[in-house]
Amino acid sequence: MTIRIIGTAAILAAGISFAQAQQLAPSPTLDAVKARGNLECGVHLGLPGFSFANDKGEWSGIDVDYCRALAAAIFGDAKKVKYTPTSVQQRWPILQSGQVDVLSRNSTITFSRNATLGLNFQGINFYEGQTFIVRKSANVKDAAGLDGASVCVAAGSTEEKNAADWFRERNLKVTITNFQKNDDAIAAYDAGRCDAYTAGVGALAGQRIKLKAPDEHAILTKPISNDPQGPVTRWGDERWQLIVRWVLNGTIAAEALGVTSQNVDEMKANSKNSEVRRLLGAEGGFGEMMGLPNDWMYNAIKQVGNYGESYERTVGMGSPLKLERGQNQLWIKGGLLFTPPFQ
Amino acid sequence: MNRASSLSIWRERLFGTPFTGFLTLVLLFAIAWVAVPLIRWALIDATWVGSTRADCAPGGACWVFVRARFGQFMYGLYPVDQRWRVDLAGILFVLGGLAAVFAPHRVRLKVAVAMLVLLPPLGIWLLSGGFGLRYIETREWGGLMLTLFISIYASLIAIPLGILFALGRQSELRVIRLISIVFIEFWRGVPIIAVIFLASLLLPLILPGGIGIDRLARAVIGLGFVIAAYMAEAVRGGLQALPKGQGEAATALGLNYWKATGLVILPQALRISLPAMTNEFIALIKNTTLVLVVSILDLLGIAQASLADPNWVGMNMEAYAFSGAIYWLICFALSRWSRSLERQRRA
Amino acid sequence: MTSFLSFINDKRVRDWIYQIAAVVFLVGLTVFFVRNASENMVKAGIASGFGFLWRTSGIEVPFVLTGYTQSDNILALFWVGVANTMLVTVIAIVLATLLGFAIGIARLSSHWLISAIAGAYVEFVRNIPLLFFVLFWYFGVIAALPAPRQSISVFGVAFLNNRGLTIPLPDGMENFRIAGLVILACVLGYSAFSIWARRRQARTGQHAPTLWAGLVLLLAVPLLALTWAVLATRWDIPALRGFNYRGGFAVIPEFVALLAALVTYTAGFIAEIVRGGIQSVSHGQTEAGSALGLRPGQVLRLVTIPQALRVMTPPLTNQYLNVLKNSSFGAAIAYPDVVSLFMGSALNNTGQAIEIIAMTLAVYLVIGLAVSALMNWYNARIALVTR
Repeated sequence: MTIRIIGTAAILAAGISFAQAQQLAPSPTLDAVKARGNLECGVHLGLPGFSFANDKGEWSGIDVDYCRALAAAIFGDAKKVKYTPTSVQQRWPILQSGQVDVLSRNSTITFSRNATLGLNFQGINFYEGQTFIVRKSANVKDAAGLDGASVCVAAGSTEEKNAADWFRERNLKVTITNFQKNDDAIAAYDAGRCDAYTAGVGALAGQRIKLKAPDEHAILTKPISNDPQGPVTRWGDERWQLIVRWVLNGTIAAEALGVTSQNVDEMKANSKNSEVRRLLGAEGGFGEMMGLPNDWMYNAIKQVGNYGESYERTVGMGSPLKLERGQNQLWIKGGLLFTPPFQ
Repeated sequence: MNRASSLSIWRERLFGTPFTGFLTLVLLFAIAWVAVPLIRWALIDATWVGSTRADCAPGGACWVFVRARFGQFMYGLYPVDQRWRVDLAGILFVLGGLAAVFAPHRVRLKVAVAMLVLLPPLGIWLLSGGFGLRYIETREWGGLMLTLFISIYASLIAIPLGILFALGRQSELRVIRLISIVFIEFWRGVPIIAVIFLASLLLPLILPGGIGIDRLARAVIGLGFVIAAYMAEAVRGGLQALPKGQGEAATALGLNYWKATGLVILPQALRISLPAMTNEFIALIKNTTLVLVVSILDLLGIAQASLADPNWVGMNMEAYAFSGAIYWLICFALSRWSRSLERQRRA
Repeated sequence: MTSFLSFINDKRVRDWIYQIAAVVFLVGLTVFFVRNASENMVKAGIASGFGFLWRTSGIEVPFVLTGYTQSDNILALFWVGVANTMLVTVIAIVLATLLGFAIGIARLSSHWLISAIAGAYVEFVRNIPLLFFVLFWYFGVIAALPAPRQSISVFGVAFLNNRGLTIPLPDGMENFRIAGLVILACVLGYSAFSIWARRRQARTGQHAPTLWAGLVLLLAVPLLALTWAVLATRWDIPALRGFNYRGGFAVIPEFVALLAALVTYTAGFIAEIVRGGIQSVSHGQTEAGSALGLRPGQVLRLVTIPQALRVMTPPLTNQYLNVLKNSSFGAAIAYPDVVSLFMGSALNNTGQAIEIIAMTLAVYLVIGLAVSALMNWYNARIALVTR
């Protein structure tokens, strides 16, 4: 009896998957995520504002918010994420070997990573610019003032090479000391080993609150590079890449369209804007096209909020980091953050 | 011995000649110079009760921090309501070990083998869950519990493998001997930090696609292989210390190689090499600290991670002193035990 | 059938079967792993091969002995790491041996307190993970040293601060090369002289003034040559400009901290080896030495230690190899050794894990085998001499 039931179920399951396969390209990653019942998301070891676990092990931050939105889009439940904290060294191998489904870990998009590491970058959720944190007593106004200084940096980061290149091009002599982890580098800076620590503006704002006396340190305002960051996937599995990319686009579009976690129910029911209706699954059947429920973005926005809400809560004025929107403002408000239309 | 004579012995020891006395004074002064500020910091000026950083007096140790983080130091992020499982597993391992050591001589070997077969799966079940227990992923494990887990399970891989390769190295068969020597010398020749890295990066690559290995399991396997090589050398010491006559006598009795080895040679050789194997185990415990290069938070890792908490800035000394003291206690106790074993054997 | 059974039961045949089975198993396993790896890498789009070694590295290294700059290729970066690993290993081995011998002998001192302190040191050091030492020395050293502006000046030419010890660097090496040749000639001359003197003593019983020759050839002439080289060379003396001292060569605190950690940790183990070695020399030997009228120090130096060395050489070799492997702990504090530079920075920039890990392991295996061979040779030599 039981055997027959299992057999029938297997045939049914095979039939269903066959039916789906006819409409959609296969997505082993999505299948694995669904079978597992949770999303595996690679995040930073601990960077307040981006991904940080409190002493109860609860994660928060703008990169974590992306993982939650993705989980909400897939499962209708933003809690169905498991986080794998990764160091600078481990992040690529962990993604390449399939231990995480997506990496959302303030990592800079670069050509060589895209071309040689088997990685695809699925959009930009944070425009970072590399700069320096220095002691106020050192009286440094900009990066050029660091001539002769020693700088602590995490080994293998884009910052390591950026800084070296930037100072060399300007014939400035700067000693760069490379640590294995961001936390080691910032600890050494705090202990007085270095005159400056370098990372992105946002990351520095997050790291600063870990220093012994945050008020004695200043972050140089003018960045020396642009470091766009966003969710990363492996090569292959185009449908999974599609999902990862459009969940990010969806959170940005929601802000542009004025959809927030507060008004999302009302917008879904009453909005006459057809882009809003397509985004929230009231028409168009966009979710199905990727093998997701049609209310995928509704769930994401309802549970996590649109990009702007997430920004303010994690790194913006509602957080200890107090970062301006700056480049991370929407394109319609003079920033760089952009999404193609939901059409 | 009465008091006066013991006092006079001490006077003789410390102030026997003018030069001895002078040395004693200088050394006592040096000890005081180091110890007094240390004791003041750790005990006299320290803060023991409170709940936040603000409760701590400056200049002394802030043990409040250790108290607040004690659960994490012991269990990592293991869910609080499930920590009894870790405790239970720990108690079972201690009881099992005691049973194997103190069982009557006749059944001691059987008890030990039974414990070796039963306890490891039981421990994994208790810690990770399944079969009625809530499933708890290894990424939530941490602290002292993880240090001990890694040490114990890595040596469960290392000891059988080590015995096998020690026998292989003593084998008459040239190919087997060569393979064993290459295995042993390779793993003994490379730094553990590189091996842990290697295990975490390469294991997923060299297995067929789709087979995932837990990252904790990877670290344990990597450490297990390295320690296996060291264990093999420890066992080889025991094998070489055994008089040749033992093996010859066993063969003369008509036992084949495996029986002669299993029944006559190994039990004696292992007894001889037990102190050396314990020393390798101590080295293993100390080397588990390196798993932090692959972001597994053992005792030292969790101590370091706790330093990043913005609410407890500047607790480096306390975190390192506390976790260091735990490592020291465990390793010191084990090394004492190993030495007493050595003395028993000699006697 | 019976012939087959007897064939199978023949020990030689069975031995062959075992060995062939082992080889087949190993080869199969290797093929299995390699095939999986290549499949997985193709699937994941990870590049392979050693071509990456000739790409520009772009990584700035704060402590370079080889003349590397960041516009060199990754292979050059690899050699920087190897050189730094060897540097810290060699110096740590020398210092740890000295400290370990001192502590091991102190452990056997007749003064109770000295031996107790040495014992406490050994028990403390051996039971704490090395990583604690590395972190302790690193943050301890940084905390103890002043900021650049308050640097401790050493005769106005070298400066110590929390960025390291900045020492003057010669502008050219020609004079030093000449001095080196002079010293080499002196050493060779002295060796020849002492061999000649020993042969003559064996033949005729006449003493030659080897002590005087030694003082002149090994001390006075080399000192003169070095002094001349130092004075005749133009020096790049560090000067405080802006953040730190410019010019000269900076010994970074990471090096000092790693060195201190390796030395203090390893000395605890060497001390135990020394104690065991000395105790293994029978009491009769020391008594005989005293009876010959040797002073306690002489007994130790001339009778005990030479014999103890025989027992100590194998475990000492192991400790030296441990120092080499443990130098990789430098990765925890940004000491640019081969693990930190190559397996850290280079691996991250290229993503070619298999090639990079293989090369890194090869470094340790090659150096390790060389050290083992050297110590085996030394062991064989002292075993012969003291027979």
